[in-house]
Amino acid sequence: MLTLAHFITLGAVLFCIGVAGIFLNRKNVLILLMCIELMLLSVNMNFIAFSRFLDVLDGQVFVFFILTVAAAEAAIGLALLVVLFRNRRSISVEDISDLRG
Amino acid sequence: MPIIEIVFYLFSTVLVLSALSVITVGNPIHAVLFLILSFFSAACIWILLQAEFLAITLVLVYVGAVMVLFLFVVMMLDVNVTSVKEGFARYLPAGVLVALAMAVQLFLVIWTRGMETVPLPAAEEEGYSHTSMIGELLYTEYLYAFEIAAVLLLVAIIAAISLTHRRRPETKYQDPSRQVRVKRDERLRVIKMKSEGEDA
Amino acid sequence: MSIETVLLLIPLLPLFGSAVAGFLRHQVGRSGAHWITIMAVAGSALLSAWVAWQVFFNGLPTLDYTVYTWAVTDGITFEVGFLVDSLTALMMTVVTFVSLMVHIYTIGYMHDDPGYQRFFAYINLFTFAMLMLVMANNFMQLFFGWEAVGLVSYLLIGFWFKKDTAVKANLKAFLVNRVGDFGFLLGIAAILVYMGSLNYAEVFDAVPAVEGTTISLFGDAQWSLMTVICICLFIGAMGKSAQVPLHVWLPDSMEGPTPISALIHAATMVTAGIFMVARLSPIFETSDVALSFILVIGAITALFMGLVGIVQNDIKRVVAYSTLSQLGYMTVALGASAYSVAIFHLMTHAFFKALLFLGAGSVIIALHHKQDMREMGGLAKYMPITAATAWVGSLALIGFPFFSGFFSKDLIIEAVHYADRPGAGFAYFAVMAGVVITALYTFRMLYLTFHGSTRMDEETRSHAHESPAVVTIPLILLAIPSLAIGYFTVEPLLFGGALSDSIFVREANDVVANELAHKFDHGALAFALHGFVTPVFWLAMLGVGISTYIYLFNPGLAETLKRRLHLAWTVLDRKYGFDELWQKVLAGTGLSIASGLSKGGDRTVIDGWLVNGSARLVGRMSGALRQLQSGFLFHYAFVMVVALVALVASFVLLR
Repeated sequence: MLTLAHFITLGAVLFCIGVAGIFLNRKNVLILLMCIELMLLSVNMNFIAFSRFLDVLDGQVFVFFILTVAAAEAAIGLALLVVLFRNRRSISVEDISDLRG
Repeated sequence: MPIIEIVFYLFSTVLVLSALSVITVGNPIHAVLFLILSFFSAACIWILLQAEFLAITLVLVYVGAVMVLFLFVVMMLDVNVTSVKEGFARYLPAGVLVALAMAVQLFLVIWTRGMETVPLPAAEEEGYSHTSMIGELLYTEYLYAFEIAAVLLLVAIIAAISLTHRRRPETKYQDPSRQVRVKRDERLRVIKMKSEGEDA
Repeated sequence: MSIETVLLLIPLLPLFGSAVAGFLRHQVGRSGAHWITIMAVAGSALLSAWVAWQVFFNGLPTLDYTVYTWAVTDGITFEVGFLVDSLTALMMTVVTFVSLMVHIYTIGYMHDDPGYQRFFAYINLFTFAMLMLVMANNFMQLFFGWEAVGLVSYLLIGFWFKKDTAVKANLKAFLVNRVGDFGFLLGIAAILVYMGSLNYAEVFDAVPAVEGTTISLFGDAQWSLMTVICICLFIGAMGKSAQVPLHVWLPDSMEGPTPISALIHAATMVTAGIFMVARLSPIFETSDVALSFILVIGAITALFMGLVGIVQNDIKRVVAYSTLSQLGYMTVALGASAYSVAIFHLMTHAFFKALLFLGAGSVIIALHHKQDMREMGGLAKYMPITAATAWVGSLALIGFPFFSGFFSKDLIIEAVHYADRPGAGFAYFAVMAGVVITALYTFRMLYLTFHGSTRMDEETRSHAHESPAVVTIPLILLAIPSLAIGYFTVEPLLFGGALSDSIFVREANDVVANELAHKFDHGALAFALHGFVTPVFWLAMLGVGISTYIYLFNPGLAETLKRRLHLAWTVLDRKYGFDELWQKVLAGTGLSIASGLSKGGDRTVIDGWLVNGSARLVGRMSGALRQLQSGFLFHYAFVMVVALVALVASFVLLR
């Protein structure tokens, strides 16, 4: 029988995959953005699972807002990426370290 | 095993595998496609959780718009595909270690706090619609948040445009305001010259 | 006009005049400045005289009231208040009268000085400050007046601020007074701590309750609280009234213009210490030790400062050392519990010493600001009025019978004679010897200046003439009280009980009432006539005779004596080395401490360790921390995730 724990575990696995992706990826900022999308997806998964099992619809409303913000974030992130590529001809994570102390 | 569990495990497996592929494949286009696949799977699982509105939104907005944007950018940028996998093996142990540690902890939290015993609430009666209930919530209790979200999207649009917009000097274009303002002297030059054949 | 309004106007008129002359000096101009300030002081003097009339003749009861409450904190009230009784009325009259004379005189003396208006603003301000001091009914206002007169004194000594010696002298006056003021402030603080009030009346009421208290200052030795308070307060008086060893600033203060030497450094400000002790007589009466201390300090000042006066050549410095010596006499009277006699001498001295200073100033004007007596002589035929008034002042100073100084000085000597306090024997010897010395240096100055051969150059002599009326009129007006005021006031003031409402003397200590009163059984006339046959008179005549022989009939003898008594002469000429002592001991120690603190404390500890050291520490720490700022996204993410793992671990393991 499916319980709350099953869905949250699925969310946790997705989140860990997203984290691992951030570590493994050193060359492409684009993949980094995708990893963030994965992590957001896992959070949404948790929200919806809790909303379902606790019978509170507000969780779904939150997911709605998260999708909105994530869309905005993706749009701006990609725009920055384009600008970055234009200026540097590279989107490698290892090349971006201008804030080094 | 009831059909619902079969569906859950099926889509979960697809979701996890495609998510793993997102972070492991070398080609960014493949990664985007795998991400789309994981979104699809997630949408299916959400339908299992009776969140049909959000599932459809995810597919339409995310897959239809955001992911297309991703594809667009990937294709627009001329990324060197071969170098993407460089250093992957070197960082693999650390990444897996951290992810595993986190996963173990999360499992500990999830499976020792009685979450597997939370009962499913009673099924709603006939004609109940989650979508209309969310709509009602959005336009009453979350109205301000909803409007702020709308403004946020507008800001994001403007920001994205102004970030990427650039004026190319070589492009030729018209300036209607200057065309309208133009005076005669700027267009017409009257010069005095000898006429042809009028010899002195 | 109510009496309160009058009392308020008395100090405020000079303050107003000072503000106008000081801040609007270009608008009011030179004559405007002296008219406004003189009118202000004249008004103040008239009102003071009226108040004195009310107090002494119409029996105005003692007024003690608050004018303005400045602050109340923790039960302690800081306020401006007036205490008007016979002592205050007397002081107010003397201060405003001498101040008025000096104001008028200044018109002549500062005639062509560019700082004319500034000078008038300062002396008017001084009058205000001095009035606040004498009219105070609490220690805070007393201290305010005390410091304010010190400030104006500082400003006026350095009035010619382009003159190097004047700047050094005013700095010296200020610093030496700081030493005294430190003691004064400690005394006031002790009073506040142990008696819980700053108001005179409340403090006097509280004195009997704390009289037996002892406190330990250094180690376990127990000190009587009252003795400590009295000596602390008297240290303040030593600074302000220039008693040995804090006297060093007064001779140097002669760098200032002569009118302020007369007003501030002879007649009024320097007597503030005497006034303060008399005003606080209920406190001082409780400590015999402190009174003995006062007696000895006063005796030392009276004798030894007079001796220095003999060898001075600067006419103003002779008068300055004479002032020191006379202040010593007043202090001796205080020490003998004869407060009223001290105040009496204060009053007569204010008149005749101001007269002598102004006379010296008149000579200085005539000789175009030459002050060396070796280049004077025989001036009596050029400036008869100045010479005559100087004679009056000198005779008053040496205590010639019937002159005002005779009554006050003779009574001081008698009071010391009858006092039976430790140190009284020495003090009696000192004041008796002082009589000879006073006569000696006073007549030396008179002869060197006004008589004998004329020693100045031809150029100066041709210009020597009597000073203008603005100078001579104050001289004459001051000569009258110098001559006569003692005769008329001695009986009512000392024996008629006119000062008894403000001065408290213990029965056993009261030499004035117990012993001196008998001498006065037959009145002032008989006393003065008897004065011709006392040893004091003959001692004075001895001094007069010596100086007449040396300086009038045998001018070469002075040089011979100087060579014969070379050692003694050097000691006197060096003023016993007090200047060198302070320079070496205090200034030297202070300088070495300061340079040590500057090198060790400021440069090494504060600059080196604290300021630059903390900057260096921050720099090194940031140098280490900047290694963490790699700029790589995955490093930051790694730190974040590790922290997240730790956080979740704390939830998992701790709950």
